[in-house]
Amino acid sequence: MQKLGEHIKKQFPIFSRRINGHPLVYLDNASTSQKPRAVIDALSMYYKTMNANIHRGIHTLSEEATDRYEQTRTRVARFLNAKTSAEIIFTRGCTESINLVAASWGAAAIRRNDQIIVSALEHHANLVPWQELARKKGARLDIIPLTAGFTLDEKIFHSLLSRKTKLVCLTSQSNVLGTIPPLRRMIRAAHAAGARVLVDAAQSVGHSRTNVHALDCDFLAFSSHKMLGPTGVGILYAKKETLDTMPPYQYGGDMVESVAQRRSTYRPAPWKFEAGTPNIADVIAFASAIDFLESIGFDAIQKHDTDLLSYARSVFASYPGVRLFVPEGESNSVLSFTVEGVHPHDVATVFDVQAIAIRSGLHCAEPLVRLLGVEATARMSFYLYNTRTDIDRAARALEKVFKVFSLAPSA
Amino acid sequence: MDLYSETILDHYRHPRHRGLLSRPSARVVQHNPLCGDVIKLDISVKDGTVVDARFLGAGCAISQAATSLLLDSIQGKSIRSLERLTTQNIIDLLGISVSKAREQCAQLGLTALQKAITMLKQKRKR
Repeated sequence: MQKLGEHIKKQFPIFSRRINGHPLVYLDNASTSQKPRAVIDALSMYYKTMNANIHRGIHTLSEEATDRYEQTRTRVARFLNAKTSAEIIFTRGCTESINLVAASWGAAAIRRNDQIIVSALEHHANLVPWQELARKKGARLDIIPLTAGFTLDEKIFHSLLSRKTKLVCLTSQSNVLGTIPPLRRMIRAAHAAGARVLVDAAQSVGHSRTNVHALDCDFLAFSSHKMLGPTGVGILYAKKETLDTMPPYQYGGDMVESVAQRRSTYRPAPWKFEAGTPNIADVIAFASAIDFLESIGFDAIQKHDTDLLSYARSVFASYPGVRLFVPEGESNSVLSFTVEGVHPHDVATVFDVQAIAIRSGLHCAEPLVRLLGVEATARMSFYLYNTRTDIDRAARALEKVFKVFSLAPSA
Repeated sequence: MDLYSETILDHYRHPRHRGLLSRPSARVVQHNPLCGDVIKLDISVKDGTVVDARFLGAGCAISQAATSLLLDSIQGKSIRSLERLTTQNIIDLLGISVSKAREQCAQLGLTALQKAITMLKQKRKR
């Protein structure tokens, strides 16, 4: 096992950067993670030695690129414990993965008066596509509300389920609160009602082991870039038998079997969902990100995450006027907070002057932030290269916020 | 800490022209969808000149101070002269360098004012 924190920072070239004269402290991992040298090298290796279009050329480069692209699909399938690599579709990102399900499966399966259920914890990416689908189809959209402890109200979830429920959309980890819903239990309940379940795993997939077989979800979507991989790569996992029934999402080259002037036939899943030249370089480099994470191991990553989160909570809780949003029960790697009398944007700006990158605002989850009863929050989110020293530096920046805005931290 | 000058903090803590007008010539509510900041701006105009302008708002120090400073600067001015205002004028009022990300905060009050001016012109046409 490699040591996390300070030791592993050396493998991420960006940490040699200084911002405003200070070494970078990166606490915006829920937005995107930094990239290790191995991933950056894999990208450059592809362009330097292997660049060619895939699935068509007879020449050596095309064969090599095709092999590596398809090997990544197999790698992802193994990573998720999917049955076969045919259950893995490459997209542009988690958002596109969810939109693919809405446009393809949703267009065919959702009818007037059907019901779609989403949770109050969802990112806009797992809310807005369902609002649109429900509107177009005359279907009903219901929301699983939040409890006072920032968890999902399972009682109300159970009461919402009925024979009309066709789809339940759940995050595996909130990007604002870090809440981890009891997915297995909720998926079982949804299945018992005859509904399918889509999991937005964007926040959890780089932090804890994802096992689609054990979860038994019907769809699972995430992005490469939050788990050390390049931007521009998303994954959609779906059960093979579901994918086989779904119509293509986009039409064009590469996804066709044979094309006549007036009619065409399409390749089987997953290729029928990948029209046009895909993001070959980034997909291939994504395999290096998975290798990197698995060489460290999710047990070690989770232990590190847990330590940082509880340390950050205890340090920040010691300042009066600072409100922490801490869910009851399971949560991970995210800490939202507000400072009384200071807007989160101003908190983030003062942090930035100290080279500490945090996120502020609505976090692409406006309905959820409204439920918290605040205008916006500031958010720190941690990953394997962060250290307790990073959190200490964030605390110094917080003291600077008090000073700039003339608030006495001890008052 | 250049970003938060004494002027900005003073206008943030003690915004000038705070409140609303009982009979405004135009009223605009402007949101910044990125961060949820909001400005409600009332303007009263007579013979093409600003008689009074007031605002209520919630948001960051930059958006609130910029609006306070802006309203300070437009009292008694002709609407025609206000049409020429740009983001740079607001940044000059703030007297700091503003990052691209924070420019939208600085602009919020100006965007509200520009909308109010458009409304006034449409009213005149009718």
